[in-house]
Amino acid sequence: MTIARVAAAAAFVLLVLVAIPLAIAAAHRTDLYYTLSSVALLSIASGGVWLTFYIGRINIGQGAYALIGGYVSAVLVTTYGWSFWLSLPIAGLFCALASVVVGLPILRLRGVYFAMVTLVLTEVARLMALALAVTKGAKGITSIPAPGAISLFGLTLLPAFDTFAERNLAFYMLSTVMMILCFAALYRLVNSRLGQLFAALRQNEELASSMGLNVPALRVLAYAISSFFGGIGGAIFVAIAQSIYPSSFTVNDSVNFMLNCFLGGLGYVFGPMLGTLVLYFGWDLLFQTGEYQLLIYSGVLILLILMLPNGLFSLRLPSRRGSQ
Amino acid sequence: MEQIVANGLYLGAQYALIALGLTLIFALMNVLNFAHGQMYVLGGFVTYEIYGLLHWPFVVALIASALTLAVLGALIERFLFRTVIRRSEREESTMLLAAGVAYFFDAAILLLFGEKQRGVRKIVMGVFSWDNLILPWDRIVVACLAALFIVAFILMMQFTKPGRAMRALAQDRVAAQLMGVPVEFYSLLGFALGAMLAGLAGGLLVTITGVNSGIGGPISIKAFMMVMIGGAGVVGGAIAGGFILGMLESVGLSVLHAYGDITYLVIFAALLVFLAIRPNGLMGKPWG
Repeated sequence: MTIARVAAAAAFVLLVLVAIPLAIAAAHRTDLYYTLSSVALLSIASGGVWLTFYIGRINIGQGAYALIGGYVSAVLVTTYGWSFWLSLPIAGLFCALASVVVGLPILRLRGVYFAMVTLVLTEVARLMALALAVTKGAKGITSIPAPGAISLFGLTLLPAFDTFAERNLAFYMLSTVMMILCFAALYRLVNSRLGQLFAALRQNEELASSMGLNVPALRVLAYAISSFFGGIGGAIFVAIAQSIYPSSFTVNDSVNFMLNCFLGGLGYVFGPMLGTLVLYFGWDLLFQTGEYQLLIYSGVLILLILMLPNGLFSLRLPSRRGSQ
Repeated sequence: MEQIVANGLYLGAQYALIALGLTLIFALMNVLNFAHGQMYVLGGFVTYEIYGLLHWPFVVALIASALTLAVLGALIERFLFRTVIRRSEREESTMLLAAGVAYFFDAAILLLFGEKQRGVRKIVMGVFSWDNLILPWDRIVVACLAALFIVAFILMMQFTKPGRAMRALAQDRVAAQLMGVPVEFYSLLGFALGAMLAGLAGGLLVTITGVNSGIGGPISIKAFMMVMIGGAGVVGGAIAGGFILGMLESVGLSVLHAYGDITYLVIFAALLVFLAIRPNGLMGKPWG
């Protein structure tokens, strides 16, 4: 890691954690906290999708894991009275476990087959949330309490979110810190030996296998990490919204996660972050156009793909962050 | 029992027609056409406008649906997919484009035709009943028309020059090009034909189930499932997948009725298990 990269990373962390909250407070636009938290959480889930792209699989099933993670956290907090902080890693791990069980058979599929199966997976998750008793069907789980305090040996490390004057600021901090952690992990992963093995899978699985790589284990590992991200993103999202319904994450969300990765550029670790930001704010900005919102949005999307088929980062900005 | 089988056959004929178009586009271009359901909806609305509102003959409306979608499909291939396939480093970019086109169609359909459920008057009145089997005549006519289109399509693929060229293209694009097949023209033709089949299915089904602007996505998902059951890019597979899904749906809705709305959950679960055993579907070739 060069000094320039460290400086860029530090600048980014300062921008997100200090400069943006200050700017928001100065402009009295506290509604932006919620919007930006959403962007941060959606980009965590998109980051997971990006990792499956990295091993050469088109993943349109992240909505399923976001939904599962959300439900796991919601059920643990409301029914069993767990702390949110404990339910968060459990939600992620549960998704990772589920993705291993699902992934072992379906990761044998490639290309369009895998894409279609994962799309179906999102529908399966939604239908299961409707059918199961523990998820309370179409009514969903509502009035989930906000995250409580973290204390260690009687020392309060983090006060309960309800005690904050600006609760959305607390959620903003939580989401962005998680986003930074997840993307740091992703960056580290991609630039490690494991990342090189993943890249080998993308280029040629047969060749990788003949070099002695345990291909099935590696691709399940990548898929599990990806789903872990999805579960974490979903769980925090539910904590912010304080409710979850079977329709909280649908096929549309799964497709959007994929679009975020594409738009940012599949060759760049931080692509999903940029893609999510641009798509989310683009959609919000077009709100004033009323009934033409979707038409303009999709029209611009098509134009972007036509002009930049390799993603926004392929513009080769002078301060290009990314790997590969 | 007979009723369930008859319903399954009727649904299967519709589904097979939808899946054929999707699998054709996939076979020729390696593009997963997300907008297939939206094309179907558009075909339905064209027929609704001409047959339902203008009161022109149904045949004219059906032809108009087919032609509209064929022209749209050709334009989309020529100006969008061809460009992106040429410029992109990774072929997955076409999926993004397809998703964008699907959103665009959704928005355009909503603006042009509104969000109301639209239906048209029956094309044939009366009900066919025999023993304890009861089927409205219009369903029989529509199912027969769908079967007719499927047969015509297969004959065209098997015995005409464009059909042969497209089959060659699906087998090996480079080899077909080396043999002097104008691949660009036949890609265009194939895409137009695939879109046309979606439009035909939409035009046929609007007379029975009606159409609304929101059903495009769910139809696409159903079409994906049929293609997965049968195997992507294979004509026979798409037809088999369509009939199997139609049957499953018909049987499931009557058998699982007592347990609530879980038919599709069971079908999805069965599909995942099936794909674990046979990843390429019934007739699909191994991928990659």
